[in-house]
Amino acid sequence: MSALTFTLKHKPNQRVDMSPLVCNQLIDMDLEAIASITLQSGKCKLRVDEIFTIEGSDTQNIVIKNSIDTLDFIGKDLIGGSISVIGDAGAYLAFGLNAGEIKVTGDVGLYAACEMKKGYLEVSGNAGDFLGAALPGNKMGMKGGTILIKGNVGARAGDHMRRGNILIEGNAGEYCGSRMTAGTIAVMGDTGRHLGYAMRRGTLLLWNNPILSASFNDCGAHTLAFLPILFASFKSLNSRFSDSSISFNRVQRYSGDMSEIGRGEVLVKL
Amino acid sequence: MIINGVSIDATFAEAFPMKATRAIITAQNEKWALISAQAMTGFATSVIACGCEGSIERVLAPSETPDGRPGVSVMIFAMGGKGLAKQLETRAGQCVLTSPTAALFAGIDGGIRIPLGKNLRYFGDGFQVSKQISGKRYWRIPVMDGEFLAEATTGQVDAIGGGNFLVLAESQPQALAACEAAIEEMRKIPNVIMPFPGGVVRSGSKVGSKYKTLGASTNDAFCPTLKGMTKTELSPEIESVMEIVIDGLSKEDIEKAMRVGIQAVCDLGAQNGIKRISAGNYGGKLGPFHFHLQEIMA
Repeated sequence: MSALTFTLKHKPNQRVDMSPLVCNQLIDMDLEAIASITLQSGKCKLRVDEIFTIEGSDTQNIVIKNSIDTLDFIGKDLIGGSISVIGDAGAYLAFGLNAGEIKVTGDVGLYAACEMKKGYLEVSGNAGDFLGAALPGNKMGMKGGTILIKGNVGARAGDHMRRGNILIEGNAGEYCGSRMTAGTIAVMGDTGRHLGYAMRRGTLLLWNNPILSASFNDCGAHTLAFLPILFASFKSLNSRFSDSSISFNRVQRYSGDMSEIGRGEVLVKL
Repeated sequence: MIINGVSIDATFAEAFPMKATRAIITAQNEKWALISAQAMTGFATSVIACGCEGSIERVLAPSETPDGRPGVSVMIFAMGGKGLAKQLETRAGQCVLTSPTAALFAGIDGGIRIPLGKNLRYFGDGFQVSKQISGKRYWRIPVMDGEFLAEATTGQVDAIGGGNFLVLAESQPQALAACEAAIEEMRKIPNVIMPFPGGVVRSGSKVGSKYKTLGASTNDAFCPTLKGMTKTELSPEIESVMEIVIDGLSKEDIEKAMRVGIQAVCDLGAQNGIKRISAGNYGGKLGPFHFHLQEIMA
């Protein structure tokens, strides 16, 4: 059985809500039924076959080819199976991801993996602002699973994050880990200003020295026993994080944000 | 049945159901992992008075432990799940949390989950940190030497306690040498522990006593100094009897351990003063698991 493949025919005039095209909603549907699904695009509703050519039959293994940054909500509330995006993805990629795997070869827009619960998201390019964050007004961001970004991420990555891992091979923008309640964000590159702003708990694991605000206190240099276990859990990833030569257990520990409850930590490689 | 001049009695060891768990202790080096493990499994020879039976299962190479440090696997057995959980927690708190550089991990992934570091975390007084890694929860508890890392829970499984055999020899040194040889071989078998000091018990017991308050008392039928005073099981040349008690996760594990242990004793043979192998049973009244010596050695 070959993967169910949607190939974009042309660039739509408006942004497209791709949320109906997830594995769990396509179970037992034939190509004709899938083609007749309507997708919201601006004020219009478009049939799937108006903008995509459809091939394959494995609804639990979806491929979106020629994808562009106006295709929003790809993999929304996915509860199993896999989605591969060849190209870029728009906003709200993997929104509320519950289980399963989403991989993107290009860049992704705002709010990727926002309020994600479980599963795995891998982005080979860059990610926009509010990666793994909560929707505006909501108090709980990412609650579990793993996000791997091979490029850079925008501002507010992990805002209100509650559990899970965000792994960033590149740089992170301003306010990385802001208002975090728990979880781990690892950044191999540089981090922007206001790192861990108002974070309550959680871990920011850094390879490079950050610019920390005065509300983070230096707790000294330490060898932490949980770090080898954490790095070992990355072994199966297709990432620089799986390379044992990059792992470490000796860190400078800063606690904060002291303007909040201050139980969060920034661990910087020594 | 006679093996190398050693007579194997046509009898059986009688064992009973228990609950068991396993924990892995790691430390900066093997020395400190062993110190911590020995403390945790100290005073855990018999459920009669210790609340549990526990011992070191084996030493683990760094490649076998979750944090890549030298480690030791310990197993604890108790008559019920509640008692087991209580013993595990108390011992982990007093013997591993306190031990320099030690960390504590689950040794059984399945089974019913019982607390390992889950409640010890409160020692952190609010400074403890939880980390969920690959579906397992760990607690990082700040302590004076750095951080105590403990997995939140470990598994509790059904198990068997009280497998045993008796070594009957012409002298005390010969009985002890035979038991030492047996223990050396039995420690290579996974999923079993021999909870008594050095794996050997010299005070095997029978059920009941002339004193009403005692549930167990000396096994007078196997006491060599009572040969002329009681209904003895010993022939005149037997001067010393020692017992090896085995707790294991399954009947097969205990049988395997008994087989290699008895074989090691028999390898020393009659020329080293070993005369008989017997076993402790209570006529089938104590437990449902019967380990027939001759079947095991067949």
